Amino acid sequence: MSTTSILKLSGLEPLVITAQSNFVNVGERTNVAGSKRFLRLIKEEKFEEALSIAREQVENGAQVLDINMDDGLIDGKQAMVRFLSLVMSEPDIARVPIMIDSSKWEILEAGLKVVQGKCVVNSISLKEGEQEFIAQARKIRRYGAAVVVMAFDEKGQADNLERRIEIVERSYRLLTEQAKFPPEDIIFDLNIFPVATGMEEHRRNSVDFIEAARWVRQHLPLVHISGGVSNVSFSFRGNNAVREAMHSVFLYHAIRAGMNIGIVNPTLLQVYDEIPKDLLEYVEDVILDRRDDATERLLEFAQTLKNQKQQKKEVDLSWRAEPLQERITRALVKGIDQFIIEDIEEARSQAARPIDVIEGHLMTGMNVVGDLFGSGKMFLPQVVKSARVMKKAVAYLLPFIEATKDTKRETAGKILMATVKGDVHDIGKNIVGVVLACNNYEVIDLGVMVPPEKIIEQARLHQVDMIGLSGLITPSLDEMIHLAKEMQRQEFQLPLLIGGATTSKAHTAVKIDPEYTHAVVHVNDASRAVTVVGNLLQKEHQSTYIHNLKNEYQDFRQKFLKRTQHKEYLSLQQARDNKLKLDWDQFTPVIPQRLGVQVIDDLPLEELLAFLDWTPFFRSWDLHGKYPDILQDKVVGQQARAVFEDARNMLQELVLGKKLQAKAVFGLFPANAVDGDDIQVLDDEKKKEIARFHTLRQQLKKFQGKPNIALADYIAPKESGKQDYIGCFCVSTGFGSDELARQYEENLDDYNAIMVKALADRLAEAAAEYLHLQVRKHHWGYASEEQLSNAELIREAYKGIRPAPGYPACPDHLEKRTIWNLLEVSKNIGVELTDSLAMWPAASVSGYYFGHPDSRYFGVGKIKPDQVADFATRKGITQQEAQRWLSPIIIS
Amino acid sequence: MNQLQQLLSRRILILDGAMGTMLQAYDFSEEDFRGDLFSHWEVPLKGNNDLLSLTQPAAIKTIHQEYLEAGADIIETNTFSSTRIALADYRLEDYAYQLNLESARLAREAAQEYTAQTPDQPRFVAGAMGPTNKTASLSPDVNNPGFRAISFDQLREAYYEQAKGLLDGGVDILLVETVFDTLNAKAALFAIDQLQEETQKAIPIMLSGTITDASGRTLSGQTPEAFLISVEHIPLLSIGFNCALGPRQLTPHIEALAKNASFCISAYPNAGLPNAFGAYDQSPQEMAQEIETYLQKELVNIVGGCCGTTPEHIKAISEVAKKYTPRPIKTQ
Repeated sequence: MSTTSILKLSGLEPLVITAQSNFVNVGERTNVAGSKRFLRLIKEEKFEEALSIAREQVENGAQVLDINMDDGLIDGKQAMVRFLSLVMSEPDIARVPIMIDSSKWEILEAGLKVVQGKCVVNSISLKEGEQEFIAQARKIRRYGAAVVVMAFDEKGQADNLERRIEIVERSYRLLTEQAKFPPEDIIFDLNIFPVATGMEEHRRNSVDFIEAARWVRQHLPLVHISGGVSNVSFSFRGNNAVREAMHSVFLYHAIRAGMNIGIVNPTLLQVYDEIPKDLLEYVEDVILDRRDDATERLLEFAQTLKNQKQQKKEVDLSWRAEPLQERITRALVKGIDQFIIEDIEEARSQAARPIDVIEGHLMTGMNVVGDLFGSGKMFLPQVVKSARVMKKAVAYLLPFIEATKDTKRETAGKILMATVKGDVHDIGKNIVGVVLACNNYEVIDLGVMVPPEKIIEQARLHQVDMIGLSGLITPSLDEMIHLAKEMQRQEFQLPLLIGGATTSKAHTAVKIDPEYTHAVVHVNDASRAVTVVGNLLQKEHQSTYIHNLKNEYQDFRQKFLKRTQHKEYLSLQQARDNKLKLDWDQFTPVIPQRLGVQVIDDLPLEELLAFLDWTPFFRSWDLHGKYPDILQDKVVGQQARAVFEDARNMLQELVLGKKLQAKAVFGLFPANAVDGDDIQVLDDEKKKEIARFHTLRQQLKKFQGKPNIALADYIAPKESGKQDYIGCFCVSTGFGSDELARQYEENLDDYNAIMVKALADRLAEAAAEYLHLQVRKHHWGYASEEQLSNAELIREAYKGIRPAPGYPACPDHLEKRTIWNLLEVSKNIGVELTDSLAMWPAASVSGYYFGHPDSRYFGVGKIKPDQVADFATRKGITQQEAQRWLSPIIIS
Repeated sequence: MNQLQQLLSRRILILDGAMGTMLQAYDFSEEDFRGDLFSHWEVPLKGNNDLLSLTQPAAIKTIHQEYLEAGADIIETNTFSSTRIALADYRLEDYAYQLNLESARLAREAAQEYTAQTPDQPRFVAGAMGPTNKTASLSPDVNNPGFRAISFDQLREAYYEQAKGLLDGGVDILLVETVFDTLNAKAALFAIDQLQEETQKAIPIMLSGTITDASGRTLSGQTPEAFLISVEHIPLLSIGFNCALGPRQLTPHIEALAKNASFCISAYPNAGLPNAFGAYDQSPQEMAQEIETYLQKELVNIVGGCCGTTPEHIKAISEVAKKYTPRPIKTQ
């Protein structure tokens, strides 16, 4: 008998549920009791059509399919066998395991006889006595299925904590001892009953379930716990806003208590962290039975929600009666792709040549989009949606155009775009590409990690009019300089556009522009890209524009250089003498709970949601403002709400459908500061040095009394005689999201492709935040009492810091290699470093943990050549190499 | 069970090769197939190899002896199609029990002779239980995907009858083989488990599936891991794959099982892939060489051959297997 709680099920493919698995979502729409549509189709014997409901469930992320035919007007046994036989013939449905659901044994057994995989029987109980219970369990075992056991016995259904425990205990004993049932194949359904019914005896219904789950998890660790979640909100039927909130609040607490399988309708589930604070409080009062008047308060509040809801809805389709061009324009402006193919077909049948539809109808519509965007009346996410409609329309027309051999299409110009070698970040580049395409430019997108030779070669091959480069990490800046030099050497004349989060007008003006005699422009947002590209390609004023541009950048460069010269820098020795001196005599380092490296393969995605920082998400869509205020913003509020809603839907799909996986590795080690600015990392025995971090020190001359800080200052120096500790980590949510984004791209849906990437990035940050909290409170444990809200976390109100290599406190990317070796990151979680030390997959975060209560984030700023030389010696690399990696921060 | 498991922990056991391939050389006529017993049977019987256990027992026993001579530790009874369901093609349903009983006795006799000759190498008989010619999870009619030509209960009863005949005839092991539909195999396991309960005896069960093509799935669509999960509720002596592919093509699928199974692993592939004429032409040495990969990777506990293999193949395989230790068995 096994000692771990592993439930293995199979359809055509395996489903292995371990203690570390996330919540397993059982699809419930193929249940005549749960879905009116399904009931109707089965009653009318439309089995083939009913199959589509099963398919939708699987596509929407159901990991197990619950099938129930218990209805008075249906021959349940016959319907079960027929439907299951049809399901078995559909590989895209049959890949998941089946949960055969019935209150009748004969239906359960009939179902077991037609399914080849390992199913779950739902359910049996002690209702009819021990003998029958054991006989059924033995048979189920012989058919090779797992079983759901209801908390039900001869006396009836368990409706309080004590009865649940009593029945579970007895059932478990009979199953394992008499029926020889493996405990890991047992799933207890602990009965979810409605709350807020107004009846006093229902008040504790959900609390009792949660407590029972906790008891089972503790006493019978090998079994699994499930329940039908929608029951809990039964009294709020018709008010989905409240029901959704109730489901997610209930699940949030039940999962923490040990529930790991559930029958849930994913469309009736709100993201816990997105529940408005007031509603959350009312719902939590009810679910956790926190106040005597909880039900009244929720009812009252629910009434107001219901009224709000009813005001909107009802889609207005009157625009479908308008003339063809109006319809196409509207579809483009509003981003509606529902009717575009039929409208385009209509246009095509009227046009002389299919190409005319693109150059006529579609461009007319896109010009409206461009004007609205240019005048700030449309926002980026809307434009990307417009592009989606445009792409669909063009894809439909292409075969016709090719058939007429009339492929020459007039575009405004050809632009090559690429994320430079060593860098993997492409959200910004993709957005600019989409917006340019909307403005009738042909965009040749070479993707990420594109080597300079390829950029040059492709630019020649396609005879492009312009090259756009993008990058996010600092080494990419050097790549861009390198490419500018190459273009100069190979006598290019094309304008060069520079964009990406680390790029700046200053860097472009000072470092790139002087290398290339032709136009170089820094463009950091999509709306400006259209204007700049337009000006660069407009024949009449082109040369004046470029001339002015060159002058502007030269001016900027001179002013910038002059300004920097005023700053005064210390020598490295002076800076070290003025280091931050913490009082180590008064300091007692907290010893971590466990030293060494730990890996978490599957961070719970649901729990990450609470740590999302939305403000940068909106920024990636060029919507500027602080969350949540941005949702009410007079200018961008409406658009922000729309993107926000799409984002939440996508999140639900990502999280509930488990479309991506969050992995983490971290380690905590004994450490001391040594030799000035180094941190010596020791093995668990505190004997051997296993790594050394080389930190960089601020050299800018400070006001009287302010120290010149290096990260090493936050670790107790060896000579203090105190054993201090340091941690480091890497988290990634890029597993799965890249594939999904690619799928969207292939379906010409850039909007959702960008959405997935942007959300994966946010989830990676959330994962870093979540892990940091776990480390502070548990693994290291120096802040076990901490209680902070998400807003406080975003404000970094916690003790200790988690600076990341490549960011201001540690501008040196090379440190990532040390972390990678120390934690065996590639081996443990599969995140790799590119040549430029970008992390791949892109949605990853790595860094150190410093636990000292006085540690703060800071920027190293510029450093002098003496520190570069010292750094090279300490690190054991050549001066040139050190210069190359640190070049963005060396004083020139 | 004990003796078998002890042996399996010490060395790799050798299963015999193809029966059909060997019988082709005899080139039996319709009359030979009928023998005296079935001279007046109303339908042609040529091609019903299992019937030869009754009508040409000497030939069957000779083939068993040749495989034992070649070094096989386990020989399979000539009962691949001896279920009521498969025999229906020849209207021989009612001979199912007798065929299994007699085939088991023939193999038992041959094995005992060799055990007596080489007591340090005891020989075993595995009762072969084929997939039948009908599938319980697939429809034979593309226009009616919900239709099934056979039910679980029909399969269960047929397998029960076959297993009983084999056990009464003295087999040591039941081998449910060439499984292309897991539901058929589950019906066989259900029947065998019933027999275990009734006789209060543990029956060693070998289970061997078939990966039909490059998709890496069974005919009924399961991946190797899903297949394993679907059948591991009954304690097995071994699980593995046979037929359809040559040793090389089968390697990744055997690996998938070896990684996840807590039972012994068996593999008995065909002698390569069939040539343009449907014949197998991988030589004994070539086949043994490809099988050596399994041994180097410690993937298997039992190896042998399926279609196209002969005693020479088994001899070559048995010699190479001597050089290696078996796959360590994980205990749950």
